[in-house]
Amino acid sequence: MSVLQQMWTWLIDPANWSGDEGIPSLAGQQVRISVYAMLLASAIALPPAIWLGHARKGGAIASNIGNIGRAIPTLGILIMFAVSPVGVTELAVVLALAVFAVPPLLTNTFVAMRDVDDEVRDAARGMGMRRRQMIGKVELPLALPLIAAGYRTATVQVMATATLAAFIGAGTLGLPVLVGFGLQDNGELFGAALCVAVLCISTEGVMAVVQRLLTPKALRRGVETRRAQLVPDREPSIDEEAVAH
Amino acid sequence: MSAAAAAVDEPPNPWFSWAFIRDNQELLLTALREHVTITIVAMLAAIVIAFPLALLARRYRRLEGPVLSLAGVLYTIPALVVIAILWPIFGLSPLTVEIALAIYALLILLRNFIAGLDGVPSEVVDAATGMGFSDRRLLWRVQIPLALPTMLAGVRIATVSTIGLVTIGALVGHGGFGSLIIRGFEDNLYRAEILTATLACVLLAVIAEVSLLGLERAATPWARSRRGAS
Repeated sequence: MSVLQQMWTWLIDPANWSGDEGIPSLAGQQVRISVYAMLLASAIALPPAIWLGHARKGGAIASNIGNIGRAIPTLGILIMFAVSPVGVTELAVVLALAVFAVPPLLTNTFVAMRDVDDEVRDAARGMGMRRRQMIGKVELPLALPLIAAGYRTATVQVMATATLAAFIGAGTLGLPVLVGFGLQDNGELFGAALCVAVLCISTEGVMAVVQRLLTPKALRRGVETRRAQLVPDREPSIDEEAVAH
Repeated sequence: MSAAAAAVDEPPNPWFSWAFIRDNQELLLTALREHVTITIVAMLAAIVIAFPLALLARRYRRLEGPVLSLAGVLYTIPALVVIAILWPIFGLSPLTVEIALAIYALLILLRNFIAGLDGVPSEVVDAATGMGFSDRRLLWRVQIPLALPTMLAGVRIATVSTIGLVTIGALVGHGGFGSLIIRGFEDNLYRAEILTATLACVLLAVIAEVSLLGLERAATPWARSRRGAS
């Protein structure tokens, strides 16, 4: 039997689509873990990033956190949480992924806020806006497209990295990949790999739509050309940021 | 001091232990060697492939979109999965890890190489062409030197992220410090081994970051004043 046939046999086996270790349940768990991790990371990263970006202070700190964050192996952090009092739980995975997601979110949001046009800020100040109004009504809406672009990359990477949970036996679609690997069962290995790929690429698709929806109509074309040109100094943290999944 | 702490809160499984480092120097050095070798091989392979691809994408503009989108899609697939599906072909060898990591590095490099070449001001290219530079000379004497900061930044970013990703190679028994992390987890959750290996990995990445940053500055003397200003 060719690998494709083995893969197909595994994929259409109803037993693999039901129960706690079925594909839907594991995929759901992976999505849940990723969403919690992104929420936790946002709660930690957004307030200081928005504030520092608004004040245009701490650029060095923000970029250093981004650089150091990239150097931390998520596998090591995950296993450290697993052998700490947190134990081998979903929570350990959520915490490790949050540690992984904070640096890119922080750097990216900071840059997005800092790069809001000076003239726009001056105009807002001239209109007598208070600091809170300036942040909420002027800077955040203008920074939103870039912030959303950072969220898109970070979410996709968190979703992919969540598969590491399988190393500590905490599930996700990484589990059947590792089981297929361990049993030298090519059907399960490639079938599960395909499921992971579909989940990760769908996440990218969904986040691309979210990014588009969050971008005000007037700004859409600008952002798209900017992305198409991949000009690094406009989106530094996105170009700079890299995976550890 | 660590002995006193050990006497007070009786940890049978400390997070950090000099004894572990002292008694396992050989093990740590072997892991370091493997970590560094895999990183260097993967990076060299990625650079050798990315460079001509970036030049091709620059010359034939129609290729640029497809190349970058393919790279973007591949980038979303977890390293764990890539290593696992390369294993039936390449077996439990360092090659499996090196190929997987070269793929990821390739994606980062391509984006930065293309962005670097795109960033060369067209006036400069026009001026060089006007001075009678041949295509080859234009490329090597004008475009590449001007693209160098962005290209080297890509190499630095890819190297640091590769150092982190090597740990996943533990799946096929070639993860450098990652193998120690997994071993520590499987051997009765041995914390000292896990923390030491993780810290060693971070340290290695920081050393790579700092040295490559130094190389970037040395290779682009004209950018120094601008950097100093920003």
